[in-house]
Amino acid sequence: MTGQELIWRIAGGSGDGIDSTSQNFAKALMRSGLDVFTHRHYPSRIRGGHTFVEVRASNDDVRSRGDGYNFLLALGDSFARNPQEGAYYGNEEVKPLSENLHDLREGGVIVYDEGLLEEDDIADLNLEERAEENDWHVYPLNLREIAREHGREVMRNTAGVAATAALLGMDTSYFEELIQENMSGDVMEANLKVLDQAYDEVSEMDHDHDLTIPEAEAHDEDQVLLSGSNAIAYGALDEGCRFISGYPMTPWTDVFTIMSQNLPKFGGISEQVEDEIAAASLAIGASHAGVKAMSGSSGGGFALMSEPLGLAEMTETPVVLVEAMRAGPSTGMPTKPEQGDLEHVLYTSQGDSSRVVFAPGNLRECYDQTRKAFEIAYDYQIPAIVVYDQKLQGELRNVDEGFFDREPSGDPGSVLTEEEIAEAAHHESGKFQRFQHEPEDGSNVSPRSVPGQKDGRFLATGNEHNESGHISEDPQNRVFQMDRRLGKLDDIRTDLDENASHQTYHGPEDADHGILVWGSHQDTVFEAVDRLNENGHSVKALGVSDLMPYPVEEVSEWLESVDQALVVEMNATGQFRGLTQKEIGRFGPKLSSLLKYNGNPFEPHEIVEGFESSINGEELAANNMKYVPAAGD
Amino acid sequence: MSAFSAIGEERETDRDEFTPGIEPQATWCPGCGDFGVLKALKQAMPMVGKNPDEVALFTGIGCSGKLNSYFESYGFHTIHGRELPVARAAKLANPELEVIAAGGDGDNYGIGGNHFIHTARENHDMVSIVFNNEIFGLTKGQTSPTSPKGHKSKTQPSGSAKSPIRPLSLSLTAGASYVARTAAVNPNQAKEILAEAIEHDGFAHVDFLTQCPTWNKDAKQYVPYTDIQQSDEYDHDVSDRQEAAEIMYETESKLYEGEVLTGRYYVDEDRPSYQEEKSATGEMPDEPLAERYFDEDAEWERTADELLDYHK
Ligand SMILES: Cc1ncc(C[n+]2csc(CCOP(=O)(O)OP(=O)(O)O)c2C)c(N)n1
Ligand code: SF4
Repeated sequence: MTGQELIWRIAGGSGDGIDSTSQNFAKALMRSGLDVFTHRHYPSRIRGGHTFVEVRASNDDVRSRGDGYNFLLALGDSFARNPQEGAYYGNEEVKPLSENLHDLREGGVIVYDEGLLEEDDIADLNLEERAEENDWHVYPLNLREIAREHGREVMRNTAGVAATAALLGMDTSYFEELIQENMSGDVMEANLKVLDQAYDEVSEMDHDHDLTIPEAEAHDEDQVLLSGSNAIAYGALDEGCRFISGYPMTPWTDVFTIMSQNLPKFGGISEQVEDEIAAASLAIGASHAGVKAMSGSSGGGFALMSEPLGLAEMTETPVVLVEAMRAGPSTGMPTKPEQGDLEHVLYTSQGDSSRVVFAPGNLRECYDQTRKAFEIAYDYQIPAIVVYDQKLQGELRNVDEGFFDREPSGDPGSVLTEEEIAEAAHHESGKFQRFQHEPEDGSNVSPRSVPGQKDGRFLATGNEHNESGHISEDPQNRVFQMDRRLGKLDDIRTDLDENASHQTYHGPEDADHGILVWGSHQDTVFEAVDRLNENGHSVKALGVSDLMPYPVEEVSEWLESVDQALVVEMNATGQFRGLTQKEIGRFGPKLSSLLKYNGNPFEPHEIVEGFESSINGEELAANNMKYVPAAGD
Repeated sequence: MSAFSAIGEERETDRDEFTPGIEPQATWCPGCGDFGVLKALKQAMPMVGKNPDEVALFTGIGCSGKLNSYFESYGFHTIHGRELPVARAAKLANPELEVIAAGGDGDNYGIGGNHFIHTARENHDMVSIVFNNEIFGLTKGQTSPTSPKGHKSKTQPSGSAKSPIRPLSLSLTAGASYVARTAAVNPNQAKEILAEAIEHDGFAHVDFLTQCPTWNKDAKQYVPYTDIQQSDEYDHDVSDRQEAAEIMYETESKLYEGEVLTGRYYVDEDRPSYQEEKSATGEMPDEPLAERYFDEDAEWERTADELLDYHK
């Protein structure tokens, strides 16, 4: 990041409207012509409890949450005001201010809502002293009072946004527009008034900080602001998915909700069912009957899908499953990201896995790889899993809407028409040869039929079966069928290599050192790599988004070209490093790990620090990460 | 030509069409009640005017799950207890298919009990045939949810401490709109009931008593059954829920003491099927969803045109 940037943090209690306020704030910044990125932090609690959202904005590309922040809007936790003294909530009004001071950058600006806070609490914080030390500029404002005076108390969010605008020299017209678009009647009027008055009041105050809103070029009207979950859902819809079945579990619920709200508009069906076993089973049933279908869950729910997933593999029923990871084991940390389900996703279910796994690295890949997952699943008759995490799920980014303007497709893949079935091979039982040992086109895909088609009858079974689908334990047949099912993975690898490799290379090609990363942390790593190179290091990065079949050749070549590679991932055991070693079978001594598993995503500076201490052979200074040296070191 | 020209094809069919052209590997023991279900099902097909290509049969795991091997149609032998969720999605995807689900008492009252309750509750338009032999057959004779209290097996050597489940009461309470019981030894009643269940518009639960001579020699499947529709003693109004509940309770209490009642217990013609309910909320497409993928003129809308404005 070369240019000037704003990282605005709004903090309050869950349920205080932090989320919607920050979304509107981000949208307003986007409309003013800036590039934006949001990062959400929230507890597993519906109301009350410390929550914050960061909005990072710059005239340059923003790729991650960034390091720390430079503007804090602390609204006070209104749900902390518990009528029952000493009860569970405790007295936490001050938390949005007190808990957020450690990452505030030097020269940063603080606005807090003094209307919610006791003077004693503020005194306990030593705010003045600390502000002097860090050159912070503190503005206690009675946002609650302003909101009350011109509207209602809940509108203190609007007052806070207006104060931000006044202090940073921002144009409030974008906020006005958003209020007009999203509200109506008295509520709209009141909010506009609060916005206006708060802006005027704060503008008249003396300011002594340098921070201003980054200068923007003209707004590009084609920008849209959305999350990884939006992109996954839209990818599915564009690729002709018209059936979803699910059971709520954070963070998967997001995709499920977006799909459920939109599918009926596109003539599709959404089913919320009794559990995750049913959810995956329904998707399989719909697909068997000829519809492009998906399901998904998060860790524990995905565990329940293990058996139907195996059924889809054995019956060669196409289906797409989404796994939105959160920290485990078991229910783990429901609202915190982690990349700890990798091995679960790759290998769960009995027998040898024949499935495809994609792990999008950013919003664009969420869309692209979901489309690809459907295409591969239906062309090759294999389940495909899109694995992402709470981080990609929640973060909003702007992207050009033209990116989504692709040809929609309802291509059912390798399903035959009735005319084609009439020509196809039939077993003496009268059944269509659904599972031929050697399909006519020389591929490993034996074409399928769909119930209701004339003369396409076959039996799908989770037991091993012969060419027409009858249960068979014949040893020769077993080997034929296993080899064909597993052989599809090689075909898919070739297909992806030729048409749609999703690996991302970053940094100078001839760099000495490498950082290998998968999934949602790719952009954070790329930002760190730029900084490392500015600091005089010679580093490049490879972001891997196709996990199974593994891009053995691409990764091998890249690993060949570096002296050492640091594998960055958000889990405690280095699962992706393990996968890489297993799949490639060499390079063990080149690979070390930088791991973080405390529930908070990496910030770019942490990767810089981790990398530097790893090449200098020093202990990691930060205690929120773990360094694991290469095997054989 | 339609992509699904077998559906609704108007021609006479024959029960032999539902027999696979080759003899499947023999998997059922001689004298097994499952043969009775197979026979009744084959006989019911011509009665309801179906051909093998428009029938999708979903089974669970167990001896009952082998039904697909003996019955010629589109088949899906799923996993233990899961045939109902797989089946009901196929019906939603293509409501014109004749969807039949079949599983054991282990499948439907045990491991898949949750699915059974919810499929009945939602009143999906399908038949669920439960092979009730009061035992786990395929895993060699363990106690099942319908085994009587005190039943001894290798895994319950001192006799089961559990009272058996009451399948009829269960599905009635859950919301099934057709509940009947028949038995492998009553072939005439069985085929009539299956034909009726298939034609019923909603979830039709048929608890099918099947003897397992291999593992459950003591069970009462051999006693003569009383058909409640044929017996003068019972003047039963099948549309009366209360009456149905009472008679079910009575027979479920006496099942292990000798008297076994069979027949239609409850038929609710008025309750809309799940598809109809879903259509009413505007969440069910008018045309069978599966047709779309074969229709060259189908429009596949872009999300970009519809949804992105919201994100601007
Ligand atoms: C998840 C799972 N658990 C256990 C089994 C083993 N299993 C196979 S059949 C069966 C019992 C079947 O009993 P029932 O459904 O009554 O059918 P029956 O064999 O009596 O027809 C069991 C426990 C399995 N296949 N899958
Ligand atoms: S074990 Fe019992 S249920 Fe299974 S085939 Fe033999 S007789 Fe039938």
